[in-house]
Amino acid sequence: MFFLTNIWVVPLLPAAGAALMLLFGRRLAKSLVNACCVGAVALSFAWTALAVWQFTHSGLPCYEHVLFTWLGSGGGKMIYVLHGGETAEFVVNAGVLVDPLSCVWLLFVTFVGMLIHVYSVGYMAHEGGYYRFFGYLNLFMFSMLTLILANNYMMMFVGWEGVGLCSYLLIGFYFHKHSASTAANKAFIVNRVGDAGVILGSLTIFWLFGTFDFVRVTALARAQSATLFGTEIMTAATLALFVGACGKSAQIPLYVWLPDAMEGPTPVSALIHAATMVTAGVYMVARSNALFVLAPETMKVVAIVGALTAIFAASIGLVQNDIKRVLAYSTVSQLGYMFLALGIGAFAAGVFHVFTHAFFKALLFLGSGSVIHAMGGQQDMRFMGALRKKIPTTYLTMLIGTLAIAGIPGLAGFFSKDEILWQAWSAHHGAFRALWYVAFVTALMTSFYMFRLIFLTFFGGPRMSPEVEHHVHESPRSMTLPLVVLAAGAVLAGYLGVSPSIARLVGIHGETNRFEHFLAPVFENSAENASIAASAIPAQDKQDDGPPSEYLLMALSVAAAGAGWWSAWRAYGKCSDGVREPIAVAAPAVYRTLLNKYYVDEFYDKAFTGRSQVDGVRLGAIGAGDALWKFDAEVIDGGVNGTGWLTRTFGIVSSWWDKWVIDGVCVNGPAVVAQLLSRPVRLVQAGLLQWYALVMVFGVAGLLWYYVLR
Amino acid sequence: MLEIGIMHYLVVGGLLFLIGMVGVITRRNVVIIFMSIELMLSSVNLNLVAFSRLYGLHGQMFSLFIAADAAAEAAVGLGILIAFFRNRATVNMDEVDLLKW
Repeated sequence: MFFLTNIWVVPLLPAAGAALMLLFGRRLAKSLVNACCVGAVALSFAWTALAVWQFTHSGLPCYEHVLFTWLGSGGGKMIYVLHGGETAEFVVNAGVLVDPLSCVWLLFVTFVGMLIHVYSVGYMAHEGGYYRFFGYLNLFMFSMLTLILANNYMMMFVGWEGVGLCSYLLIGFYFHKHSASTAANKAFIVNRVGDAGVILGSLTIFWLFGTFDFVRVTALARAQSATLFGTEIMTAATLALFVGACGKSAQIPLYVWLPDAMEGPTPVSALIHAATMVTAGVYMVARSNALFVLAPETMKVVAIVGALTAIFAASIGLVQNDIKRVLAYSTVSQLGYMFLALGIGAFAAGVFHVFTHAFFKALLFLGSGSVIHAMGGQQDMRFMGALRKKIPTTYLTMLIGTLAIAGIPGLAGFFSKDEILWQAWSAHHGAFRALWYVAFVTALMTSFYMFRLIFLTFFGGPRMSPEVEHHVHESPRSMTLPLVVLAAGAVLAGYLGVSPSIARLVGIHGETNRFEHFLAPVFENSAENASIAASAIPAQDKQDDGPPSEYLLMALSVAAAGAGWWSAWRAYGKCSDGVREPIAVAAPAVYRTLLNKYYVDEFYDKAFTGRSQVDGVRLGAIGAGDALWKFDAEVIDGGVNGTGWLTRTFGIVSSWWDKWVIDGVCVNGPAVVAQLLSRPVRLVQAGLLQWYALVMVFGVAGLLWYYVLR
Repeated sequence: MLEIGIMHYLVVGGLLFLIGMVGVITRRNVVIIFMSIELMLSSVNLNLVAFSRLYGLHGQMFSLFIAADAAAEAAVGLGILIAFFRNRATVNMDEVDLLKW
């Protein structure tokens, strides 16, 4: 049990590598950088594999190990009143949680991560900032493993933000390119919108249950499922979490950053923007499955958003010319499939698709990187062609990846995608059957654009300039080896989750769909709550379809894959001088709309970013902000200033009144009158003794004259 | 030879009184005003002595009292005058207008 009980070492290995690279990497030799970074990830893969092996043999439902109290003192200082009226203390215990769900993610993240590290050694060999690249990659591995191993929402959020940061750093790896730094900003800012949702969702969960711990939240949610089912608070909490998932996993309406993220180096696109980070949203929803099943409204939103994203992104992918952009839209589309599966309650099917997708999409991205490497940096498929003889390993492995994603029987994508299609058809007695049609058309499109990529790149005649053609060469061993290993994964990964009907078809007996069986403890509530959920969802068509219709659907989806293949061959299989787009010929307006990605970026520029201006006035939300600011600055502040001016004016008037009327007329006026009246009296009272004497003399003389002489 | 009668005394007394009065009113020097006041007192004494020839010795008695009173008054007045001079360095009456306060 040594590896399981010390599973916390796993994220710290790449963390140490990242610290070493980012602090001292500039001075280290390339071989040392390789040894440290690839070694750290390989070691964490080995450790993970042993720990998972120990976990599966331990018989534990889940293994939780609290390391330390991270947030909150535990001293009863941060007590909050919860939704139900009881109180709980805000405490976050940092720890690790290993259960089947995190096992799946741990395994493919470390495995694919290790292969992509090996690949990067070859791909980045001639790039500047070698140590920086590997430092960021290791930092990403640390964050992703923290996200997966976290035992509570807050820890998961740390990893969530960490992978967002690394995504930003790696998209902007070529930061001297304006488009790369803009794309990095776009990814970071769009993800911020989602992150706000994660915080709100996590805090709402704390408000509901008084804890952030996954195990306790799940247990409480299952215990109180009857009272909590369908309540607004559950819907709000899960919707907020789903907003976060939309941001990280590139769903409508927050998917816009992912295609632009292709500005980063190709291994980054493979690791972060295809295989691992973008599945974090799926992981979070699957992790919170006990909550989501209690919110049927949210589940409907998840399923519909997933299906719409799938077909929306796939239709854009039909006409893109940049090889990486096709794969980027394909990733968005496949993530839509996963959310469709989660939304209809088929959590295991969604997780299974994440698992298989990690292999074939990482393979396709690494293959495209190998193609770009061979073409000397050219990414436009219109200037490729006829590469299959020159780079045979890349061609063969990419072909396997394409067959897998298109859903050709026998490869990984077939098993997982078919499971989702079947669930979409049958779940809740066909309540979501409309979404099956969407998913089916998406499957057709997927096959078409993937084979379009293959035919444009590897078939037909060469359309590049002669000197480029002359320099085309197969990639070094460090790049082709991961391709081969991933191709093996893309073939074999699906056999972990063979559905019972397929098993019956080919005559396998015994245990089928080991993958779903393995995950069952995580999703065990789903079955019973799904029946509650089913009763809340109006069933359109309650008739139960048996296995025959499942085989029919399977045949249909294989036929769709074949049809996509065939039509792509017809359109692009033999174009040697120029590429003729059949969609552009048939419907130019549709083609233009698709090529411009439905003008969503332009719409967002108008509606949110404020980048589109009319006469220097910004539009949309930013424009509304500008208008509000103007309103504040001019009307509100004007009112404030006006009040101030009025007060001041009244003050001046009243001070004048006080000074001149009250003091001047009323107070000083009588004084002046008294002064004026006293003036003659003062003249008499001169203070001169002789004057008094004179007056007395005249007075006596006057009196004498009056009394004596008259 | 004209006999000196009461009328002569009274005229001399009146003249003396007038001279004293004019002196009190017109002179600036306090010492001279004092002297003028003494002159007025003397005229009164002269009148009292003149009348005492007609109506008995009461007049002479009064004049003796007045002489004593004048001496006391002169002593007090000169004392005030010296104190005042020490304060204001003057004995001019027109500069002494403190009585208006």
